[in-house]
Amino acid sequence: MIGFFIQRILQAILVIVAMSVIVFVGVYAIGNPIDVMIDPASDQALRAALIQRYGFDKSLVEQYFIFMGNMLRGDLGESFIYRLPVMGLIFSRLPATLELAISAMLIATLLGIPLGLWAGYKPDAISSKFIMGLSVLGFSVPTFWVGLLLIMAFAVELGWLPSGGRGPVTDIFGMKLSIDSMEGLSYIILPAFNLALFKLGLLIRLTRSGTVEVMSSDYVRFARAQGLSEGKVVGLHVLKNISIPIVTIFGLELGSTLAFAVVTETVFNWPGMGKLIIDSITVLDRPVMVAYLILVVFLFVLINLVVDLIYGQLDPRIRVKAAS
Amino acid sequence: MSEPVLRVTDLRTEFKVRAGVVKAVDGVTFEVGRGRILGLVGESGSGKSVTGYSILGLIELPGRIAGGEVLLNGVDLTKLKGEQIRRVRGAQIAMVFQDPMMTLNPVLKISTQMIAAVRAHSNVSRKAARLRARDALATVGIPSPEERLDSYPHQLSGGMRQRVAIAIALLHKPAVIIADEPTTALDVSIQGQILAEVRRLADDTGTAFVWVTHDLAVVSSLADDICVMYAGRVVETGPAADVIASPRHPYTAGLLASVPAEHEPGERLPQVPGSAPSLADLPPGCAFAPRCFKAGPACNTTPPVQHFEDGRTALCHYPIEPDSCQPLSSTSTTYQSAS
Repeated sequence: MIGFFIQRILQAILVIVAMSVIVFVGVYAIGNPIDVMIDPASDQALRAALIQRYGFDKSLVEQYFIFMGNMLRGDLGESFIYRLPVMGLIFSRLPATLELAISAMLIATLLGIPLGLWAGYKPDAISSKFIMGLSVLGFSVPTFWVGLLLIMAFAVELGWLPSGGRGPVTDIFGMKLSIDSMEGLSYIILPAFNLALFKLGLLIRLTRSGTVEVMSSDYVRFARAQGLSEGKVVGLHVLKNISIPIVTIFGLELGSTLAFAVVTETVFNWPGMGKLIIDSITVLDRPVMVAYLILVVFLFVLINLVVDLIYGQLDPRIRVKAAS
Repeated sequence: MSEPVLRVTDLRTEFKVRAGVVKAVDGVTFEVGRGRILGLVGESGSGKSVTGYSILGLIELPGRIAGGEVLLNGVDLTKLKGEQIRRVRGAQIAMVFQDPMMTLNPVLKISTQMIAAVRAHSNVSRKAARLRARDALATVGIPSPEERLDSYPHQLSGGMRQRVAIAIALLHKPAVIIADEPTTALDVSIQGQILAEVRRLADDTGTAFVWVTHDLAVVSSLADDICVMYAGRVVETGPAADVIASPRHPYTAGLLASVPAEHEPGERLPQVPGSAPSLADLPPGCAFAPRCFKAGPACNTTPPVQHFEDGRTALCHYPIEPDSCQPLSSTSTTYQSAS
């Protein structure tokens, strides 16, 4: 077990280093951020002074090692634009994205698994065909367009929900969250549902195909021959057997939702990390971009680690292999 | 035979497929008495497993039971629906499947699966259910059952898993257990142990067994009665010893002649020529006629059920006369020349 952890942590470090090199070189290739940062009318002396101050006159390799050295001391630098430490900047946006992503995953899971189970349990029923049709729409219709439609319907026409922005926040466990009030919830429903649609379609299809396969297995037939009720057959035998691919996809999707909720955050004007990174890219705010991407890598590694641990709980055969 | 606990009469099960309607079970009739073991014998595809599933109402679409009766202690199981049949399954009639690697859920502990099986029919606490599960494991000869309860299926050998499956079938002391080739996937030595165990259980508990198999050696050492199936029909029934000593149906004779143990090493093994027909495309009349050494002009009409001494029956126009003496050797020579 400890070996497994060490292996995972080494892997994570490797990925983070590789990521930082790619991002650093990529951003360097785009151009000198100084041109974006200063007034085009300012004089050459000011320009040279700024270049010197930010270290843009040093070589790429030098700049990279300075950056990495600072990072090892826990200093990811200061945003060129906001003049704030990058870590503080990102963590101020993290709770908004976190609650949006988790709400979306909850919606997708709580709807997707039951619907998928039903569609797999009764594959020939009309209701199942309808569910499958919806799931295709879920991941083939572009997110931004559905987002706009949702705003049109529920905010503009019906006026039930706000069209964008985030509700009032309160401090919960040191994080500024908006989901504890009804007003906050009313703001999050539309973007969360919008973000959930793709995952919902995916989870329905995944759950359905797993269910169809398990339903035709010998152990389900044996369970029925024992006189187990259909609820028990599905709840006990089917659900646990189909959960491994579901957990895998859940983990991957949670990671990508946290990292790349950009489109939805833009459509609904949600003040999360997605908007921060898009803004940083347009102004070549290199410290924010690099720090953000490293955070994303870290999140993915962490989620995958948790997923691997859950695998062992779900399937005893995997546990045996990991132990040996 | 005393009043039978299970009486199957004219059972017919069909599957709707693209090529038409396949009659997998076509008018099967047999009965089993308390504590008796019936060997249901046939080649792959003869409909013996489907017969087992049909009895428990486990046939799924596109299959359906098209007719007939399955009387379990006088109650027709084919008439029961949903919750009614669920209460019977596992409680009064249970089933054991062929492949012990597949019949236990790989991700659930033995205890979880057995406790669920106990509580499907008895309103007892988990603790009480666990005790019953442990006792059932002990009954089928599993050493240290308490520890085995906390195992996962992959931690047990094939023989142990099949014992667990039999223990699950025994939990509610059913009147009948249908065993669908339960020893086919096991080593011969394990198979012998399990057969002895089953014989003992039938004698001690009075549970009747329907032992589905293609293995005549198993049947001859285990079963009281035999029911031979071919292409969805019963072609011969009777007491096991009699049927094996002097088969009346040419197909039974052919099956017996193909048992390797009956022959000298190096001797050419007789076989039934041809292969089992597709159920979607059966010849008219007797389905076995194209492969039969005794086939005659009457065989393209449906053969009658002929009755013999000791309640034996054969579905044949030209049954083998026992007085024609040594049907085994005579048939085997015939088959050899035919092949």
